[in-house]
Amino acid sequence: MKLTICWLYGSTMNIYGDRGNVLALAQRCRWRGIEAEVVTLGVGEPLEAGRYDLFFWGGGQDREQVAVAADISGPKGEVLRAEVEAGAPLLAVCGGYQLLGRFYRPHDGPELPGIGLFDAWTIAGHERFIGNIVVDSDEFGEVVGFENHSGRTYLGPGARPLGRVRVGRGNNGEDGTEGCRHRNAIGCYLHGALLPKNPAIADFLIAAALRRRYGDVTLSPLDDTVESAARASAVRRAVGTR
Amino acid sequence: MDPRLVLAVMAGKASAFLIRRLGRGGGTAAPGVVASTIDPAVLDKLARQVDGGCVVVAGTNGKTTTSRMLAGILTQSGRRVIHNRSGSNLVRGITAAFAEQSTVTGRPRGDVAVIESDEAAFPEVVRRTRPRLVLLLNLFRDQLDRYGELDTIAARWGETLRSLPPDATVVVNADDPALATLTEGLTAARRTFGLTDGRYQLDDLPHAADAAVCRRCGAPLRYERLFLSHLGDYACDACGYQRPALDVAARDVQLCGLEGLALTLHTADGPIAVSAGVPGLYNAYNALAAAAAALTLGVRPEAVTEGLARFRSAFGRIERVTYRGRKLVIVLVKNPVGFNEVLRMLEMGGAAPTLILINDLDADGRDVSWLWDVDAERLLDVPVPLYTGGIRGDDMALRLKYAGIPEERLVPLGDLPDALDSFVDDLPADGTGFILPTYTAMLRLRELLAARGVVQAFWEE
Ligand SMILES: [Zn+2]
Repeated sequence: MKLTICWLYGSTMNIYGDRGNVLALAQRCRWRGIEAEVVTLGVGEPLEAGRYDLFFWGGGQDREQVAVAADISGPKGEVLRAEVEAGAPLLAVCGGYQLLGRFYRPHDGPELPGIGLFDAWTIAGHERFIGNIVVDSDEFGEVVGFENHSGRTYLGPGARPLGRVRVGRGNNGEDGTEGCRHRNAIGCYLHGALLPKNPAIADFLIAAALRRRYGDVTLSPLDDTVESAARASAVRRAVGTR
Repeated sequence: MDPRLVLAVMAGKASAFLIRRLGRGGGTAAPGVVASTIDPAVLDKLARQVDGGCVVVAGTNGKTTTSRMLAGILTQSGRRVIHNRSGSNLVRGITAAFAEQSTVTGRPRGDVAVIESDEAAFPEVVRRTRPRLVLLLNLFRDQLDRYGELDTIAARWGETLRSLPPDATVVVNADDPALATLTEGLTAARRTFGLTDGRYQLDDLPHAADAAVCRRCGAPLRYERLFLSHLGDYACDACGYQRPALDVAARDVQLCGLEGLALTLHTADGPIAVSAGVPGLYNAYNALAAAAAALTLGVRPEAVTEGLARFRSAFGRIERVTYRGRKLVIVLVKNPVGFNEVLRMLEMGGAAPTLILINDLDADGRDVSWLWDVDAERLLDVPVPLYTGGIRGDDMALRLKYAGIPEERLVPLGDLPDALDSFVDDLPADGTGFILPTYTAMLRLRELLAARGVVQAFWEE
């Protein structure tokens, strides 16, 4: 078996160790004997429908976000949305998460259109939310990471959050939600990197990709002792520092 | 005489003395706060009186080492140098250093000042000290949760640089495309330095690299040669921008494992051979930067060579101690670029068991995500056991696991002091071990070793 992972804008949007997410997906496939290929797709490079099993999209700096917003608003965004609606798993963190919503409104300059995959929108805030964050999710249990964003994301009636914030600020610092879920797509603000410390989410994405390509596949369990220790110490720090 | 300034300087000196007497560590920043409370313009007033002018050194990596190299060269040339040598590089630490190195009547005791500046404090440091020379080393992603994003820093630096008068000089690392672009078209003069040596080039842009796009037009840069992270000889095929011509170029770089390095500087006045007792390509850049600044200040080539040859490594950057019969080599790691360089050095310098200590306090950066930008995969071919410890040692263990390092080579330990004891217990009786701590883990380690009678405290150097 083989999975092809598409790292959207991986050469410019790979801030705060987001590369760890791609590494976690690839390694957790390989440790199970599943071949994993990572393809980085940049601005101007077309997204071919049906070629990729799993999508990852990380965060970037403002300058990069503008170029990427223009790129994804074309046919590429259409293909990505169709893939997700057909069940393709996707993880988007921070900047990528914001551009999957309806729009991003900066302090100055024009509004950046999103592709509207999530019923959500983001407005630039003044205070930056920085720190360890712990989220309780019905699907994935305790999720831990590090948030660092000034955008405030608000969920519309058609969106459900990834979970409730236990420690930290989350989507907007007001309503206690963090992240967004739709089909097999997850958007959120958690760096850390997210997937190595939260292997339940990594395995959810891998399982969804395998199911779509190969039918009913059961994931063999891995020894997650090191992962659990890192998650536990991150949660301790979150509780101790915020 | 300015009575307010005199009082401020005296109060600064007195509090530094008291802090030391009370055994509260170096006392490097608090006296600056005390002095500035009495006279908010104390730094401006003292800096203005330095006849030979001030030099401000800024960059993400290597500013402490480079400042100390430059101060050493200037001392070698016969100048008296004022310098914030403890690496306390915010405005209050710089103020404290000036107060400490001035007479009680408010006269600085030096012909020239070498000021290491924090990235975020750079605009204010320049505004207050009005430097004759600004030395720019590099701009890497470092502790973004403290500084805000890289572009914001670059924009602030740009404003500051454009405000410099025509009699100031900016000496800049032209191998850093972001800095090369920032220093175009200034009122101040510009002198460039860089590498022209192909021996240590990298095959690919490492993952920690930041500025792989042209800052003029946004197209990806093409590298003729890549030396360290995003530092190299680059060109933009879209708009024709390329690395500016080098006023001081380093060639024939020789890295001798952990022992030291040598290189030849090529200038309009002919070649200058230099060597220094610090390892790694990043220190070759530091030596090159210090030499370029010294030459710009009119220092004779012999003093540059002599000053660098006498250089000892800066506090905590690399340090060798003997503890319980074992040789410990301690190297600070604080961001992906520096960490990657240390890993390159380990590959070349002979393998030994290694303890990595990761903390996440304010001075380390509270976000440990940066560990995922470290090319830990380099350790796959270094066949030694890898120990992890510190407040976030578990995150480092996880990073190593996902790098593909077999779990039997990983030894997760807890926080200090237990991590140190277990690690040293495991080393052979007269063996060598590497310890790679983040900043606060290094302070803690030094404290522990000092309490056990091993290392002199740094402010006593
Ligand atoms: Zn260009």
